[in-house]
Amino acid sequence: MANDIHGKIQVRDLNFYYGKYQALKNISLDVATNMVTAFIGPSGCGKSTLLRTFNRMYELYPGQRATGEILLDGENVLAPGADLFRLRARVGMVFQKPTPFPMSIYENIAFGVRLYEKLPRSEMDDRVEWALTQAALWGEVKDKLRQSGMSLSGGQQQRLCIARAIAVKPEVMLLDEPASALDPISTLKIEELIYELKKNYTIVIVTHNMQQAARVSDFTAFMYLGEAVEFGDTNTIFTNPSKKQTEDYITGRYG
Amino acid sequence: MDLRYLRRRTVNIVNLTGSLLATVFGLFWLFWILWTTLSYGVSAFDWNLFHQNTPAPGAAGGLANAIVGSLIMVGLATVIGTPVGILAGTYLAEYGGRTWVAGTIRFINDILLSAPSIIIGLFVYEMVVIRMGHFSALAGAIALAIIMLPVVIRTTEEMLRLVPNPLREAALALGAPRWKMISLVAYRAALSGILTGVLLAVARIAGETAPLLFTALNNQFWSTDLMQPMANLPVVIFQFAMSPYPEWHTLAWAGSLLITLSVLALSILARTLLRKVRLEH
Amino acid sequence: MDISRSHISDTISGRQRLMDRFFQALTTGSAWLVLVILAGIIVSLFVGGWQALVAFGPKFLVTDEWNPVTERFGALVPIYGTLVSSVIALLIAVPMSFGIAVFLTEVAPGWMRRPIGTAIELLAAIPSIIYGMWGLFVFAPVMSQHVQPWLQARFGDTVLIGALFQGAPLGIGMLPAGIILGIMIIPFITALMRDVFLTTPKFLKESAYGVGATHWEVVWNVVLPYTRVGAVGGIFLGLGRALGETMAVTFVIGNTHRMSASLFEPGNSIASTLANEFNEAVGDMHTSALIALGLVLFMITFIVLALAKLLLLGLESRDSAKS
Repeated sequence: MANDIHGKIQVRDLNFYYGKYQALKNISLDVATNMVTAFIGPSGCGKSTLLRTFNRMYELYPGQRATGEILLDGENVLAPGADLFRLRARVGMVFQKPTPFPMSIYENIAFGVRLYEKLPRSEMDDRVEWALTQAALWGEVKDKLRQSGMSLSGGQQQRLCIARAIAVKPEVMLLDEPASALDPISTLKIEELIYELKKNYTIVIVTHNMQQAARVSDFTAFMYLGEAVEFGDTNTIFTNPSKKQTEDYITGRYG
Repeated sequence: MDLRYLRRRTVNIVNLTGSLLATVFGLFWLFWILWTTLSYGVSAFDWNLFHQNTPAPGAAGGLANAIVGSLIMVGLATVIGTPVGILAGTYLAEYGGRTWVAGTIRFINDILLSAPSIIIGLFVYEMVVIRMGHFSALAGAIALAIIMLPVVIRTTEEMLRLVPNPLREAALALGAPRWKMISLVAYRAALSGILTGVLLAVARIAGETAPLLFTALNNQFWSTDLMQPMANLPVVIFQFAMSPYPEWHTLAWAGSLLITLSVLALSILARTLLRKVRLEH
Repeated sequence: MDISRSHISDTISGRQRLMDRFFQALTTGSAWLVLVILAGIIVSLFVGGWQALVAFGPKFLVTDEWNPVTERFGALVPIYGTLVSSVIALLIAVPMSFGIAVFLTEVAPGWMRRPIGTAIELLAAIPSIIYGMWGLFVFAPVMSQHVQPWLQARFGDTVLIGALFQGAPLGIGMLPAGIILGIMIIPFITALMRDVFLTTPKFLKESAYGVGATHWEVVWNVVLPYTRVGAVGGIFLGLGRALGETMAVTFVIGNTHRMSASLFEPGNSIASTLANEFNEAVGDMHTSALIALGLVLFMITFIVLALAKLLLLGLESRDSAKS
């Protein structure tokens, strides 16, 4: 189990509610530092909900609330006094559909950096180049940094969003089905990128694609009806699951 | 074919033709009114309009003071009404949500949107004119700002609601505080839509007369003093058209042409922009 | 590049939290301004009209005397004029708007819908003072020379409705005012009717067409029953507009303080009385009576517009519950 490795994020007795509906039930698991952890499970199982508690994204919507603890380096992010902005700057997120801001490619990257750092022009240029390079996009866009981020292809937009998240130098990257809206070639690029990124970042990925989870992740949690049914290293989950439900899902009996 | 079927088909054709005639009826008035304004207005048009002030009864003159007065008051109203309207619309779209406070404000705003503009004139008369002791351009601009407010609030809310939530989440996920997310990302995504609302609101107040009667009143002379009564096209048109002097009638038509052209241009521009926005989403 | 991450200081984050609260307060305050304006309107009209309201009591609403010299004021004549001109407006605008909405949603070929829809909407963009100018200088002569003599000859001797068409064909008066109001509110009612007609689910219409219904039968038996509430809401909205319309009415209603059965006779509406008399009011009681008149107008339009909004809201919540 993941417990014997240092947990970057430790989830303890997490419950989550959409109004009266309980979407997560007593989740406890650890996300290992500089590893890729995948959440899999059928639609509506709560995997995205769980991911969105890590940066308290649910707070945008009234009526949604979480109880329990999520410790990021030992600090409870669910605590009322937690510094939400700092938390989110430390935890980057990439969404299912690409979300380029309605501004230039350069400004898209610089947006997040400017929130907390006042960089001179040349350093900002370097940072933008660095982030785009990390996201394997620099070569494709270096001559059109002033063009709108919306002018890129879907796969490029998604890598732009990854670069935008990287640019603020987060410690954790949350990827919410980052390749589900992309074609197979773009998906492959994103997966290669995840492999590269885990050297420096702790990555949590939600995916409905089991092959993808098997390919990119070190640890996998199988979720069902709001519960973390089974959690362990990816190899074990996929080759020798201990729970019947996990086995049924992985062998394609439902979901 | 049996009789019943024939009857149904006849009813259908008669009624659909009726709907066509109703449309022709509506368009007929539009073209008649526009044609009248255009033909009377063009024949009354004269470059003196722009550099002579409104004349004494029976004399010749121009509309220079009224044109400038209208520009000043509409401009000032826009400067006051736009930011307040955008902020209020922002509250409804970004913070208020489905709370009863937001619901009430939305409801009242929709009523004020259609409320008689002359009542707004009375209100500003009571609040500003009486307190100042006299009519003033400032009071006129405040009345116009109150009239444009509901239009801006409503379009701003609608346009911000078209901005997809994931875009908001993406900005927040970078650690952006909410006000930066709204001002740097949501506003930019809704920019052309919000602009449409402002244009529509300006078009709405450009021709407003009733609220100015009790606030800015009129001024026969050139004045740019906001604390004094100020000439403006709508009230000049009203006064001149209701007068018995043919020279004044001519000027009233020229003024009508100016107002109609600017209002139609603004409306068409706003609609074109709006269509573009709708297509994008 | 190093990826150490201790660059976010507490001060930046604290300042942002403060700005966040400030911005939210700013938007909330601006939104509350809407309620403040509403309250301000009601209070200022009450205060301004208080003297007259106290002096005349509820009888203010049913007295037909309006005499600045004796300082006796009653609102009956302007209220009557407001209601009659608005009813004429509805009689014209409702069938026409319905027809146009049907044309725009069911009959017109696709390429025609947008330009014609926009043209009808432009009727609403024309400032009301332009309607007034046109009404006084162009429409009134046509009325007095052609329409009114014809109406008089045709219906003048008919029992009951004959009384509506008595008097000199002046071209100004209740009938021309009502007609112009009708034209003015057509775009508002049309736009709402068209929008609610478009909310009729396709499958409902298709299943009616499927059993061989004609276009008209689909409109009358499917679309209209489905959207009835919204269509009525649109009519109320148009009524609210008509009741408070000022300038166009002031030009053509005749501005005479008299109540008459004939629609040819000049009359008065609340808004036109205000536009004509307010700046020349003699004495505090006259001013106060005019403001009280404004209060009456605001109350009537508020109720009508609130009803319109409630009807339309009902339709919206039904539609969102279904989707």
